[in-house]
Amino acid sequence: MPENTIPKEAAYQIINDELMLDGNPRLNLASFVTTWMEPECDKLMMAAINKNYVDMDEYPVTTELQNRCVNMIAHLFNAPLGESEAAVGVGTVGSSEAIMLAGLAFKRRWQNKRKAEGKPYDKPNIVTGANVQVCWEKFARYFEVELKEVNLREGYYVMDPEKAVELVDENTICVAAILGSTLNGEFEDVKLLNDLLIKKNSETGWDVPIHVDAASGGFIAPFLYPELEWDFRLPLVKSINVSGHKYGLVYAGIGWVIWRSKEDLPEELIFHINYLGTEQPTFTLNFSKGSSQVIAQYYQLIRLGFEGYKNVMENCQENAMVLKEGLERTGRFTIVSKDNGIPLVAFSLKDHSRHDEFELSHHLRQFGWIVPAYTMPADAQHITVLRVVIREDFSRGLAERLVLDIEKVLRELDALPPNGKSMKRSADVANCHAALANGHVAKKLETDKKTNAIC
Amino acid sequence: MVLSKAVPSSSHDASLDCTFASRYVRDPLPRFKLPEESIPKEAAYQVINDELMLDGNPRLNLASFVTTWMEPECDKLIMAALNKNYVDMDEYPITTELQNRCVNMIAHLFNAPIGEEETAVGVGTVGSSEAIMLAGLAFKRKWQNKRKTEGMPYDKPNIVTGANVQVCWEKFARYFEVDLKEVKLKEGYYVMDPEKAVAMVDENTICVAAILGSTLTGEFEDVKKLNELLTEKNKETGWDVPIHVDAASGGFIAPFLYKDLVWDFRLPLVKSINVSGHKYGLVYAGVGWVVWRSKEDLPDELVFHINYLGADQPTFTLNFSKGSSQIIAQYYQFIRLGFEGYKNIIENCMENAKVLRQGLEQTGKFNIVSKEVGVPLVAFALKDRTYYTVFDISENLRRFGWIVPAYTMPADAQHIAVLRVVVREDFSRSLAERLVSDIHKVVQELDEQVKHVTKVVTTQVDITARGGGTDGALVHKSEQEIAEEVITYWKKLVSHKKTSGVC
Repeated sequence: MPENTIPKEAAYQIINDELMLDGNPRLNLASFVTTWMEPECDKLMMAAINKNYVDMDEYPVTTELQNRCVNMIAHLFNAPLGESEAAVGVGTVGSSEAIMLAGLAFKRRWQNKRKAEGKPYDKPNIVTGANVQVCWEKFARYFEVELKEVNLREGYYVMDPEKAVELVDENTICVAAILGSTLNGEFEDVKLLNDLLIKKNSETGWDVPIHVDAASGGFIAPFLYPELEWDFRLPLVKSINVSGHKYGLVYAGIGWVIWRSKEDLPEELIFHINYLGTEQPTFTLNFSKGSSQVIAQYYQLIRLGFEGYKNVMENCQENAMVLKEGLERTGRFTIVSKDNGIPLVAFSLKDHSRHDEFELSHHLRQFGWIVPAYTMPADAQHITVLRVVIREDFSRGLAERLVLDIEKVLRELDALPPNGKSMKRSADVANCHAALANGHVAKKLETDKKTNAIC
Repeated sequence: MVLSKAVPSSSHDASLDCTFASRYVRDPLPRFKLPEESIPKEAAYQVINDELMLDGNPRLNLASFVTTWMEPECDKLIMAALNKNYVDMDEYPITTELQNRCVNMIAHLFNAPIGEEETAVGVGTVGSSEAIMLAGLAFKRKWQNKRKTEGMPYDKPNIVTGANVQVCWEKFARYFEVDLKEVKLKEGYYVMDPEKAVAMVDENTICVAAILGSTLTGEFEDVKKLNELLTEKNKETGWDVPIHVDAASGGFIAPFLYKDLVWDFRLPLVKSINVSGHKYGLVYAGVGWVVWRSKEDLPDELVFHINYLGADQPTFTLNFSKGSSQIIAQYYQFIRLGFEGYKNIIENCMENAKVLRQGLEQTGKFNIVSKEVGVPLVAFALKDRTYYTVFDISENLRRFGWIVPAYTMPADAQHIAVLRVVVREDFSRSLAERLVSDIHKVVQELDEQVKHVTKVVTTQVDITARGGGTDGALVHKSEQEIAEEVITYWKKLVSHKKTSGVC
């Protein structure tokens, strides 16, 4: 820490200037997280920046806004509630906290049940796909639950419900399905999972529930695919999380978790604290935090309403199609993402012999675009994709410009000598395919950009 | 000749209406279901803004340690960073570096044993709750690994703290399945007694947590003594029990005001420290810090190495996506204020706390429970609790706009109730004087009411006495009986709010 004070203008300027070298959030096509809000909302956020959310007694209106959001989201997810019944749920800092709370509830319920049955309860596990976001791995590691992952395969990049149900055993605290896989935006088939799991439960006498990680999909499916049954309409779904800061259209720092009913949230996890005069039940990991994002979420819900959200999502889908078709027209790419799902486009190069996706990503940065490249998790690690997320503020003009710039980069790369690593990778890919054909598990490739978790 | 025609005016364009002329202020606000239709942004802004007027004023919220004012230049930086997701380290390398600089500065402030250019081990969090959970997790894992290699059972970890701990320690214990062993308080001694704490330590203890700046009274626990006693116990038993210092409030007070107080990494058993950036770090709600003594104190298996869009990023946090604004604001404060700036601010706080304390003492009605050395706050109890309590004072102060909370102490001092005023950066001397005068008014009002009630009840008793008795004889009540009736009557009038936990 420096010894002396400096003038506030100087402090402002120095920091502001260094920050100019950060990327432009709006051109960060890697992220699902909202990067633009209306000025009216910015005004509300700034006014609330000095309100500590946890001071419920001091800021009862802010607390009530959170409760209203929980109710609205619970209804959006078809929670089985009466007309004026309060939903069971809470606002969190993001889906990570939401998932940890949901996981904790499942773990405690399962432990209590096993204790009552006189059975061992020291080896809980959770079944998910290998495509899960890293926060599930965090939950598993920090809360001492084993993670049983269903591996992917080429062409099938989400959790296979049949394989998942096979992995379920008496120690399984829940099966986690993803609505909107991080890698390619696909929705997992929660209904099939529900049907298969009901069958297994009735065969074995177990009571394994489902959690839906709808971090991205929770604010897409109800508006674009209302017939898709994925939420509380399925009886085994006991909790759902969604990120307010993804397609909830709020800046980073807000998530939501909803439970089906009171029974699904063990009372012993809830803290009844006397916060400065009144009793408040709370179940969160974080305590003090800002109020701005909760207020902003309520603003969006009443400002946009159902029709507003629907319009925004439809626009995103449209622009995703423009991008997808532009890429297809170049003839150089395979589209890995599906049309139904999150509005994003994941694509691979057809020909890896001279250059790869990482180089393309690198070169696109010169134009200001941040488009990330990833390898898929096991067992599809030989597949690399580029992924562009279409957010609310990615207009058609930007989509067309991106296609043009990608074409420019392809031309640049064509003129360059082949990337040695790329050639080796090409050979590795061929070996991989051969090994797979022989029934061996795919080997990990030796590229310097190995990934084992993705966000 | 031109004929003029009457043209019917076009139908009313509702979009021209000012919000208060529109239907949006007549429709009930949605509470349960997402409304079907969109509404104009001005209307959305207005209805929400107006409802929020009924929240308390953050700056008059004297209950909270959390910062409620920052310079406009900093607000500007905060606004500009609202749309930056902190976790996108690859996209926002400068923001990531600002976090690292803050961690280094705080580690040095706490005398972490690192070289001049060595990077400290630590991380920014959303608050001290997350920081404490991370620190606790590190202790738990280290202890488990040690017990496994020794072939001993590792299923019953515990942590030793005082009963005065903030609720997040209880959360940590409950969610991460660690037993909480609390040292009880007693009247006149409202922090953790190091001797009692060390007596509670056993082979399953993962750490002893000391608080620098107890929530209730602002006191600093004697970490040095704890370190000495624990070093001795460790030697006797062959155990290796470490210390964590919860410096949520005190971490940004002690280094500036009490340089000679040895509480941090200068004590060998202290392995990790947390501090709230949003308390005396002088940043708005949403940032905390945890620093470890060295790499060895953070088991690598807890650290996630993710490929975040190209580069290897080691991360150890519970939260993932979150805003960047508070991190940037923390860095702003560090370079803007520097050591001398923080020192000046905290000294001002202590001065104003003194003004408040002396003003309260002068009323003759209060006992001051907080100490002069510690976090700048004033905790005070009523000398005479016969007719009204601190809860009544707290309630009445709200009429003047002040939010001053009242609490009962935890076990075994639950019979003591206090009011607590936290003196933050933005609580000036004039506000302190005004608060004293308003407390005076409230106490005088309550005293007046007591007198009035006494008169009323005594009169009623007289009337009853004169009219009672079958033979019309006067029934005289003793003075004590009358006093008891008055107290009962008064207590019925005034509602009591009991509390059991405090933050």
